[in-house]
Amino acid sequence: MAAKSTIRSEGGKVRRVIVVGGGLAGLMTVIKLCEAKVPVDLISLVPVKRSHSVCAQGGINASVNTKGEGDSPQVHLEETAYGGDFLGNQPPIKGMADAAPGIVYMLDRMGVPFNRTPEGLLDFRRFGGTLFHRTAFAGATTGQQLLYALDEQVRRWETTDVTDEHGVSLPGERMVRKFEFWDFLQAVLDDNGTCVGAIAQDLKTMAIRHFPGDAVVLATGGCGIIFGRSTLSVICTGTAASAVYQQGAVYANGECIQVHPTAIPGADKLRLISESARGEGGRIWVPKDQSDKRGPKDIPEKDRDYFLERMYPGYGNLVPRDIASRALFKTCFHEGRGIFNADTGKNENEVYLDLTHKDEKFLRNKLAGILEIYEKFVGVDPYHNPMKVFPAVHYSMGGLWVDYERDERGSLKTGSPRNHSTNIPGLYAVGEVDYQYHGANRLGANSLLSCIWGGMATGPAVASYQKNLPRSAFDLPKSIFEKAEKRAQEDYDRILKQNQDRKDAENPYLLHQELGDAMLRDVTIERDNPTLDKVMVKLDELDERVKKVKATDLSPRVNQGAQFVRHLQNMVVLARVIAQGARNRDESRGAHYKPAFPKRNDPEWLRTTLAVHEKVGAIKFVRDFDYELAGQRIHITDAVDTSLVAPRERKYEQAGAASAAATGKLSPAEQQKSA
Amino acid sequence: MAETKQSKDSGRVVHLRVRRQDGRDMPETKRWEEFKVPYLPQMNVNSALEQIRKNPVTTDGKTVAPVVWEAACLEEVCGSCTMVINGRVRQACSALVHQLAPNGETITVEPMTKFPIERDLIVDRSRMFEALKRVKAWVELDGTHELGPGPRESAEAQEERYPLSRCMTCGCCLEACPQYGDASPFIGAFALNAVRLFNMHPSGAMQKNARLDSVMGEGGVADCGKAQNCVEVCPKEIPLVDSIASVARDTTKRMLFGWLLK
Repeated sequence: MAAKSTIRSEGGKVRRVIVVGGGLAGLMTVIKLCEAKVPVDLISLVPVKRSHSVCAQGGINASVNTKGEGDSPQVHLEETAYGGDFLGNQPPIKGMADAAPGIVYMLDRMGVPFNRTPEGLLDFRRFGGTLFHRTAFAGATTGQQLLYALDEQVRRWETTDVTDEHGVSLPGERMVRKFEFWDFLQAVLDDNGTCVGAIAQDLKTMAIRHFPGDAVVLATGGCGIIFGRSTLSVICTGTAASAVYQQGAVYANGECIQVHPTAIPGADKLRLISESARGEGGRIWVPKDQSDKRGPKDIPEKDRDYFLERMYPGYGNLVPRDIASRALFKTCFHEGRGIFNADTGKNENEVYLDLTHKDEKFLRNKLAGILEIYEKFVGVDPYHNPMKVFPAVHYSMGGLWVDYERDERGSLKTGSPRNHSTNIPGLYAVGEVDYQYHGANRLGANSLLSCIWGGMATGPAVASYQKNLPRSAFDLPKSIFEKAEKRAQEDYDRILKQNQDRKDAENPYLLHQELGDAMLRDVTIERDNPTLDKVMVKLDELDERVKKVKATDLSPRVNQGAQFVRHLQNMVVLARVIAQGARNRDESRGAHYKPAFPKRNDPEWLRTTLAVHEKVGAIKFVRDFDYELAGQRIHITDAVDTSLVAPRERKYEQAGAASAAATGKLSPAEQQKSA
Repeated sequence: MAETKQSKDSGRVVHLRVRRQDGRDMPETKRWEEFKVPYLPQMNVNSALEQIRKNPVTTDGKTVAPVVWEAACLEEVCGSCTMVINGRVRQACSALVHQLAPNGETITVEPMTKFPIERDLIVDRSRMFEALKRVKAWVELDGTHELGPGPRESAEAQEERYPLSRCMTCGCCLEACPQYGDASPFIGAFALNAVRLFNMHPSGAMQKNARLDSVMGEGGVADCGKAQNCVEVCPKEIPLVDSIASVARDTTKRMLFGWLLK
C-alpha cells in the first residue's frame, strides 16, 4: 500500500526527491518533477548555470521538416539507430525522436533565441549522419542557450512554495532547494538495497551530510576527464557514476567512447569546433603532397585532398563522428599526411577545417560562437584562414545501465517507473551518465535532445515510483542515514590523513596525467588487444599507486586537493570498465574499432556490455540479471531491442543509406534481410 | 628553426604572483605568494594554476597548499574562472600566457573584490543569482507539455536578442562597476540586461511591468552611475550600456504613465 500523502511524510516532513547534477538532463527532470508537484533537492558540483551542457554548440535535432525534405520522426529514429551501429535499444530512441519536435517548440516558448528563417520560423541546419536539415540552433552556443532557458524555469520553481493536497502553502518550503558547490559522494541504500537518499559534501565548508530522498536521480554527465584532456569540462570526471557503480549499479557499454574529429589543442583542454561548421558548409582537407610547405591559402583546389568527400561521397564532410575521426586518424597517423609544420619539421596530426569560401556575415550569424573560440585561443582569424583541427575525446555513449518499459507502439511507455531506473531501485540516471540512446556512436545534436527527452521521461517515472512507495524515505530510522554519513566522513578523513608522512607518496594530479595519457593513447580511435592487455596491467598498477596518493591540501575550507583524490580513485575504477569492455568486444561497431576485427559481428556482439563491480580491480561481466522495482521482479538480458529498424551494414558512401528503410530505398537484398 | 623554437620553450617558466586568503572572514591570512611553473604550448592562466597543483612549491621554496579557483568549461562560456589578472577582470581560461607575458613577465592573479572571498581566488557570487530571481528573469511558461511552437520572431529580432542572452553571470560587469559593492544595493548591469532581454520577448513581455517594477526602487536602474565600465569588460561584448538605457527609458515611461493610469 502506498504511503498516505506524497507531499508529507508520516512524521510531517516535506517529501523530496534528489536530483544530482544541474545540466540539461537534471534541470529538465527537476521541472517535470515540479510540474508533478514533487519537491526537489537539487545538488550540483557547480552553480547549475555553469554545467557542462553549456559547452554544446551546434544544435538540437528535431524532425520538424520545415524545409519540405520529407523528414519525419521515423527517419530520425532510423538514422539514430543506424548511426549508433544498432547497439541502441530502439523503443527509447523512438520515444525521443517522436517527442523531439515538441521539445524544440517548448524551448522556443521558453524564449530560446533560435535562429530564424526569413518567414520568422525556426531555422534548421544539417548535421552529421543525415542528409536532412534537422538541427535547430541558436548561433553556435545552442547548449548554453538551452541550459539558460531551463535554468531560468528552475529558478522560477525555486521561488515557488510547496503546497499541500489542499493547495495550502507550506511555510518556508520551496519546490526547489539548490545545493550548489556540493559533491555527490554516494547513494544511501536501506537494508533491502533500495536507494533512499544521498550523501554529499559541501565544497566550501567541506561538511558531509545526508539528504533523505524518496528517489535519487543522477544527472551527472560524462566522464571524459578520465582521458586527461578532452572536450569536456574539468568537472566531468564520472565520479558519481563510478561511486554508484561501486555500490552495485550496472554500467553498460563503457567501451563506447566518442572521439570528435574536430577540436583545437590547448594545454588544459581540447576545445571543440562544432560539427555545425561542416553543417554550414565547412570542408575538411589536407594537402595532396604531404611535404607541401605552402600556407593553406596558397594551395590551390587541385592540390587539396578533401578526403572525407573522396572516401564518403554520400555524406561527405557530414559522416558520423566515428567515421570522420577514423578517417582523420588514418590520414594523419597511418599515412603521415597531416598538415606539415615548418616549426617542428614534421607532419602534425592536424587537418584543415575550411570555412573561408563562405560569406563572413553568414558565418557571423550562424557560427560566431565557435569561430570566436578559435580566434581567441589560437589567435588566427578563421573567417579568412582555414582552421587546424584534430580529434579529441568528446562523449560517452556508455554509462549507467537504465531500464525502460516498451508500450504497444514499440515506444517508451510514458510514466512507467522503469524508465531511466538503474538496477538499484530508487536510483535513476539520465543524460550522458546513462547509456540509453546512442548505441555505439552518437549523432551530433542528439545529445541535447537525449538530455531533455531523458529528463521528460525521468521526471514522470520518478513521480510514479514515489507515488507507489509503501514508505517514504523521510519516515525511515535516522540511523540508516547516519551510518552512511559516518562511513563517508571516515573515508574523507582517511583521504586527508593517508600517506602524509610517506616519502614515496604520489601526487594525485600527476597520477591523473598518467591515467589520461594511457587511456588517450590506447583506448580511443583504434584499439588492439595486446595494447589493451598492457592498459589493464597499467590500471592494476594505478590501482596500487592510487593508494599511495597524498592529498596536497589539508585545509578545512574549499579543499579541492582532497576532493580530487576522491575523484581520481573513482576515475581509475571507471577507466577499467571502459578499457576492459573494449578488450572484451572483439568486433568493430560504431566508435569501438579494432583493426584486427574490422567488421561488426552481430551474431556474437549485438549485445549490451553489462559490467558489475566486484571489488577494486575486478569486474564481473554478466549476460543478464534481475532487479526488483515497485514489488515487481524484472529480468534483464543484454539483448538489444532492434524491433523497429532491422540492423544492416552502414554504408555512408551512399547518399541516403542511413534513411533507406523509412524512405523506401532499401536494396532488395537488404529488404529481404530485414524481413 | 624547429630546434630554436624548442630550445626557446624548454626551460621557459611562467611567473605567477597570486593573492591568497585561507577562508571567508579571514582577512588576516591575506598574502601574496609567487610560483614559477613550466611553460606549455597554448598555455593560459588556468593551466598555469593547474601546474601549481602538480608541484605546489613557492619561488622561495616553501611547500604550500595549491591555489584554489573555480573552473569548468575552459572555453569562456560558463563564467566560472573569472578573476582579476594583471589588474583586469576576465576569465583565466582565455587569458593566454604568451599574450600576457611575452617575455616572461610576472602575471598577477587576484580574486574579484566585489564579492565575499571563500578562499584564494574563489568568491561567492550567489548575490547575482538572487538578483535574477528579483527581476524574474524567465518566461512565465504555462507548462512544458506540448502547446505548439512559440511566437514567430523575425531574424532581425533574434539577432538583437541573442547577444543579450549570452550573459554567463560571470561578474565582470560588477567588478568593474564603481556603483556595485558590499555596501551598495545596486543590482548591476547584468541583471538590467536580463530585464531588457525578457521584456523583448513576446511572451516574456507579458510580465514586463513586474520586471520594470523590480528595478525601479532601491538598487534599481536609477543607481547606475553611467561610468560605462561594464561594457568595456564584458567578455561576451554584450551591449550593456544600451540595455541599461533601454530599461531606464521603460522605467521612466512606466513611472510617468503606468502609475498614473492605475
